[in-house]
Amino acid sequence: MRKNPLELLRGLWTTFRSMLESPVTYQYPEIKRPVRERFRGRHELKRYENGLEKCIGCALCAAACPADAIFVEAAENTDEERYSPGERYASTYEINLLRCIFCGFCEDSCPTEAIVLEQNYEVSFTSRRQAIYTKDLLLVPVPTNGRQTPMKVPPGSFERAVPEMEDAK
Amino acid sequence: MGVESKLGNFGVVTTTLEQVVNWSRTRAMWPMLFGLACCAIEMMAAQASDYDMSRFGMELMRASPRQSDLMIVAGRVSRKMAPVLRRLYDQMPDPKWVLAMGDCCSCGGIFNNYAIVPGVDEIVPVDVYVAGCPPRPEGLIHGILTLYEKVTGEKIDHWS
Repeated sequence: MRKNPLELLRGLWTTFRSMLESPVTYQYPEIKRPVRERFRGRHELKRYENGLEKCIGCALCAAACPADAIFVEAAENTDEERYSPGERYASTYEINLLRCIFCGFCEDSCPTEAIVLEQNYEVSFTSRRQAIYTKDLLLVPVPTNGRQTPMKVPPGSFERAVPEMEDAK
Repeated sequence: MGVESKLGNFGVVTTTLEQVVNWSRTRAMWPMLFGLACCAIEMMAAQASDYDMSRFGMELMRASPRQSDLMIVAGRVSRKMAPVLRRLYDQMPDPKWVLAMGDCCSCGGIFNNYAIVPGVDEIVPVDVYVAGCPPRPEGLIHGILTLYEKVTGEKIDHWS
């Protein structure tokens, strides 16, 4: 066996060099690493600028969901109690987050762009019951110059359920 | 521990003891590796230097159930794996906790068939469920912090 103390030092230099490097750890609960723009986290139900809900209760998201995580029940809108444009709104909207696989098919299938997978990934629960997110947990707050739903609107003002949208890119 | 059942209610003594024991339990909770599927990859990432679970007292993943306090079930549990999982859980010393990581072991996830157990809580009591398919390493760490909150709130007469 050849003994060369310089070789030993050269090997230990690799060990010693790592002491001079700055740590790479993200100090997670305090400092959050920004997620990618298209990251899919917890869902949100969006509103229009006037406060009306975008969801029209068509349940296409529930049909598209591969994990059967979404449950939608629709009810009729009236001009006295209007939740969303068009005929119907979602009276019950539940997502079981423990079933959801965050694939984004609901987002793709939504005709009004109501459900959007936002960037919140901090979803952990101490019971299964907590994992079922109901509509009031999913719905975003009313915008600043909007009104709370249900709202009273002039008759015949929100007939069209699906808004005019630019073509898909 | 055994001592608390004999101590009874000593007011300030027991609450301080409660705090000290719960604090120490959350500072050295060694997880048992139970990686079964793709969630295990994220569990490894959470243990690696970018997220580094050693900051939360999880210095190393034990392969032996007798040296671990927390079972992180990461991945889908098949019917054939279920008795093994229960046996390993029984071999862990008290106090022990279970964290179900990901959709599959929390409630079956997208799997709805005869081969996959619909939720590991059919076999072992689960303390924290982490949603995601798979969850990010941050998601797992958030689940661990949720568990720590639960452990810190444990009362002296509920200790096992």
